[in-house]
Amino acid sequence: MIRTAEPAAPPAVAVADLKKDYALGGAKVQALRGVTFEVPPGDFVSIMGPSGSGKSTLLNLLGCLDRPTSGRYSLAGEDVSTFSDDQLAEVRCTKLGMVFQSFNLLPALTVQENIELPLYYSNRLTATNRDRCLALADRVGLAERLDHRPMQLSGGQQQRVAIARSLANDPSFLLADEPTGNLDTATTDEILALLASLNDEGRTIVMVTHEDEVAERTARTIVLRDGQLVSDHRR
Amino acid sequence: MRWIRTLRLSLKSLLLHPMRSGLTVLGILIGVASVIWLLAIGEGISRASQNQIANLGAKNIIIRTIKPTGDDFDGSGYGLTRADYQLLQETIPTVEVTLPIREVEREFRFGARRIEGRLVGVTPDYTEVLNLKLDRGRFINPADMEAERNVCVLAWETSERLFPQGESVGESVMVDDEFYTVIGVAEPKAATAGVGGSLAAEDFSSDIYIPIQTFWRRLGDMMVTTKPGQYQRDLVEVSQISLRVRERDDVLPTADLVRETIDRNHLMDDYAITVPLELLIQARTTQLMFIVFLGLIAAISLVVGGIGIMNIMLATVTERTQEIGIRRALGAKRKDIVGQFLTESVVLSVVGGALGIVAGLFCPLFSRFARDGLAQLFPRQFATLPDLIRELEPVLVMWSIPLAFVIAAGVGVLFGVYPATRAAALDPIVALRRN
Repeated sequence: MIRTAEPAAPPAVAVADLKKDYALGGAKVQALRGVTFEVPPGDFVSIMGPSGSGKSTLLNLLGCLDRPTSGRYSLAGEDVSTFSDDQLAEVRCTKLGMVFQSFNLLPALTVQENIELPLYYSNRLTATNRDRCLALADRVGLAERLDHRPMQLSGGQQQRVAIARSLANDPSFLLADEPTGNLDTATTDEILALLASLNDEGRTIVMVTHEDEVAERTARTIVLRDGQLVSDHRR
Repeated sequence: MRWIRTLRLSLKSLLLHPMRSGLTVLGILIGVASVIWLLAIGEGISRASQNQIANLGAKNIIIRTIKPTGDDFDGSGYGLTRADYQLLQETIPTVEVTLPIREVEREFRFGARRIEGRLVGVTPDYTEVLNLKLDRGRFINPADMEAERNVCVLAWETSERLFPQGESVGESVMVDDEFYTVIGVAEPKAATAGVGGSLAAEDFSSDIYIPIQTFWRRLGDMMVTTKPGQYQRDLVEVSQISLRVRERDDVLPTADLVRETIDRNHLMDDYAITVPLELLIQARTTQLMFIVFLGLIAAISLVVGGIGIMNIMLATVTERTQEIGIRRALGAKRKDIVGQFLTESVVLSVVGGALGIVAGLFCPLFSRFARDGLAQLFPRQFATLPDLIRELEPVLVMWSIPLAFVIAAGVGVLFGVYPATRAAALDPIVALRRN
């Protein structure tokens, strides 16, 4: 392999001509029609677009939950677009953290167990890693509620548990799907502040939202429409 | 470490629905317990029948006189003869002991006391072949035979009834017009049950034993029985010949030889041969069929239990679609999901299996309890049940316990695989979106 003399850090996320087709009742639906963009490490990007614009499809691809029909997706320099199911699971587990609109905590598990869950699947359930999870719980302000069940927490608290969980394997890339969609204004501020502080530490964050106020808190906004990228501007 | 966590996790999610998990466990419990119970009951029945046969002696061959029926019976003498006895004794080398027996119903008298009983003419070998033990005095010896003495040995109960308050040995018992001096009293001997074939149940409690030579001399072969409304003449020389074979391996060939020998001299069907060893072998075959049959029933109940597990696990998969999606999104591989659901079904079946084994161990206790309860509640109806049921003692078969456990775990795996693969096959996106 030929290397340049001064290898620059690869982009955290690089998608090139990403396409995704679905078969919907026999008809082919082109959800993504060739999207290309790069996210340098440490960036804070919001993805916007009306419903049907393909932002959910893009999010699934970025989150390694799905494979593109064509095109390339590189995560920290590694092309994951052709990975097998198990390899994608490995990537989801260790390389990226996901935060969802509906929190997606497991109701049967305690706060601590929820945060530690990714460690379980990455097979890294060591004392050090578990201590780090405790520190994460402390950081999101839930050190007092480790034994609570998700149902006993408010929405904001649940989302903070989910954020702590997404950091369990210490990924450098966070993917958030409308993380404040179910929260009131005050709590939205808290969560956005938390994400901003994580970004300040150098973590790359890509967040899907449909609220302008939320998008304004990010450094860069990408807008999709009809499966194509229509605007990409930095504040 | 990891599997302990998997186990804890599955316990936790099973305990989220205690009622549902409990009922599933109950299905397996019943299946496993029924495996153990059915095998224990089968073993109890076959042991009981084998004991009955073994009591007759596995090395014995028993030939009994039976009264012929049918047209070619002219009403004269029938049955085994002294010649048969001589022939068997002299011609078959594999036979260790040849014991002729002559028996007849008679009235025994001592003073004013009279009882009905069985007068049995025997040789000194009788004690050994029929395993009769003496309580006091001595048994008939060769000298008694030689001299055709009027001596007798009483069965325990005969002695008790004929001499309620005194020592019987040394006294004389009167049978017909003869006196017989009591020389010994036997220990009580349990009655044998009928085992099929020609051998009816035999009760030894009213016996008086005398030397067979004396029997032949004093009573002769012609027996006239007169009861009100009944007059019967029987001309019989020997009632029964018991043979004991030296080696167990020779029993079956010897039995064939005996059949041939006797058959040559008998034109009528006036005898029957019982070979306990043959019955024993037959009983084993029956037992095997029995076990297969019971095993089949138990297998059906286990399959039903397994389907219960599959049903619950499938419902669980549908209900927990979102959980599966979350786990997959967080990095769980398909095999992790398979492992999780398989663990849950195995936990259900193993817990059911363990409880089933505990329930199985209570089988003998429970059956005794049920029997006693029935006997108390419905004494009359209970008395009409066959002996096999009234006296049933289930015997736990030790190998049925590990077997039941392995089967239970196997059922968990077998019926858990399909729901687990269904769970793992879910697309994480679809699973995540469903709510």
